Amino acid sequence: MKVVLQHITKIFPAKGRNAKDTVAANDLDFEIPDGELIALLGPSGCGKSTALNLISGLLKPTEGRIFFGDDDVTDLPPENRGVGLVFQNYALYPHLSVMDNIIFPLGNLRGKEKMSKPEMRAKAHEIAKLVQIDELMERKPAELSGGQQQRVAIARALVKMPRVLLLDEPLSNLDARLRLQTREEIKRIQRETGITTVFVTHDQDEAMSISDRIIVMKTGIVQQIGKPQEVYDSPANLFVANFLGTPPINVFSARVAGEKLYIGSDAVLNVKGAADQEVTATVRPEGFILDENGPFVCKLGGVEVMGRDISVVSTNENSVNPTIRSIISAESRVDTSSPTVRFSLKPNKVFLFSKQTEERINFGTV
Amino acid sequence: MENRNLKGWLYLLPAILFLGVFMVYPLIDVFVYSFEEGYNSASQTFFGTGLYNYSYILHDPYFLQALKNTFILVIVTVPLSTLIALGISYGLSSIKALRELYQTIFFLPYVTNTLAVGLVFMILFQKNAYTDGLVNLILGLFGMSPIDFIDGPYWAKMFVLCFYTVWVVLPFKILILTSALASVSEEYYNAAKIDGTRPFRIFRKITLPMISPMLFYLIITGFIGAFKAYSDAVALFGTNLNAAEMNTIVGYVYDMLYGNSGGYPSYASAAAIVLFAIVLTITCINLLVSKKYVHY
Repeated sequence: MKVVLQHITKIFPAKGRNAKDTVAANDLDFEIPDGELIALLGPSGCGKSTALNLISGLLKPTEGRIFFGDDDVTDLPPENRGVGLVFQNYALYPHLSVMDNIIFPLGNLRGKEKMSKPEMRAKAHEIAKLVQIDELMERKPAELSGGQQQRVAIARALVKMPRVLLLDEPLSNLDARLRLQTREEIKRIQRETGITTVFVTHDQDEAMSISDRIIVMKTGIVQQIGKPQEVYDSPANLFVANFLGTPPINVFSARVAGEKLYIGSDAVLNVKGAADQEVTATVRPEGFILDENGPFVCKLGGVEVMGRDISVVSTNENSVNPTIRSIISAESRVDTSSPTVRFSLKPNKVFLFSKQTEERINFGTV
Repeated sequence: MENRNLKGWLYLLPAILFLGVFMVYPLIDVFVYSFEEGYNSASQTFFGTGLYNYSYILHDPYFLQALKNTFILVIVTVPLSTLIALGISYGLSSIKALRELYQTIFFLPYVTNTLAVGLVFMILFQKNAYTDGLVNLILGLFGMSPIDFIDGPYWAKMFVLCFYTVWVVLPFKILILTSALASVSEEYYNAAKIDGTRPFRIFRKITLPMISPMLFYLIITGFIGAFKAYSDAVALFGTNLNAAEMNTIVGYVYDMLYGNSGGYPSYASAAAIVLFAIVLTITCINLLVSKKYVHY
């Protein structure tokens, strides 16, 4: 089931005399293709949870329409939309067993859809097997680990075979190891069921690793939509470049003059087609090449060996961040006795942004 | 290890001392008195020991009347007041506007003197030579003949007593239940809403189990409180409760000690022990039943 948001705006009216209205979602206009796993990514307060709640129907948009397939669901209450929602804290009913939690939504069915107890139990077992909790059916939520509770919550959301599955920060309550495991699990479950799934996260790693497409948001506005690798390789603006990637991207104040990019006095890169102007230049950590004759000179801060590769920490007076972090292959040797380190840059790992608009400036490489 | 034990006992000493002197010792004393026949508190003498005191009170029509009254009071008011309180607090938690105003109004009886409330009830329900009272006035609108609720038929008096008791215990229950309802996380309701759960099912399957510990607390204390009722009856019907057929067990105990027919600590003790046994049994039953329905 594809999900379409058409010019969705959600305004929370101001409370109190000096408060301003909060625009939690500003003209959201995008389409989620059928059967895809989509991440809504952004820092806290960016409106991603609002967007999720708008799709679920728990919130009504101030303006705009929402479609599931060809059905306009904007005015439908949540129960008639056919969505499954997994809450951040799971919201499992503590007094019910895992089995009763999972069949709870089925007990709401009426009329032709009404199911008998054995039918419900069979259905619950089927779903429980899918999320691999079928041995825990008689336990209470309090007797489960965080990861198991998460699976129960997913099972409960899936048991009615929703048209759209929504997950609100599904991994935020899990410890680091479980998080890795569970995100693979979510991907697998989504593949097996083929249900269009939207999940909210502030963790770019999480979004990059499992989603088919990510939607990056900031202050209620969509910044960029695309496949994870596309967004990483071609950020639309400075915010997206900054938000994606670990270690974070290195940011410099720089200028373009005569189709050359200058950081300080170093002409670090040829930028064909870019007009002369002050710019913000960003370089991915993997965009540095250790080069004795490289044009970009930095003060060497230290070298961290991390097995597979080396992280070189250096400083430059034009860097916006206190340190520059570059990742190079472990086979390279860094002369730690030298006070400086020289790099040349990989053109496809360097992005330029306008100082004024923070929008991307395209350039060609020679 | 022993040193630590000693320290612990030392900390407990004040509490143990007070509880021992003012609770445990009197309890044992009452138990002993209840078996001493013809005990005279002035001369501290008694004729013999045995079950005569129990046999006496169990054949005393006043005691049987008090027993009956107490049981009716308990059986009617505890479920009724808890249900009404549940309804009101559910209503309160569902509205936004004026909630605090209503909360204050519902809580007012709690801070009002019981005897004053009793007096007001008496005036409302009374029928005397000068007036039929406000309640009879209203009943008259429906074509009913006036009833004397304070000095009339047994059922009318019992009705007023139950009505009054429910009224008096409501505020506390509403207070406890509104805070219990407020502590149920919004997420559960949202989860249920997404699944299309109907309001009644949400209430029965989610709200009730979630507030069951508080509900259970109210039922237990409600039972105990109702069994120990006395001042309510006095407030409505005066101190001569035996004559009004409105005595309660605690009232009977008091009468046996200090009333006009008083001066019989042995009978009073026996009655107190009977009450103790009843409350203990009911509380145990409550605890057993609660295992099945209360979710912590």
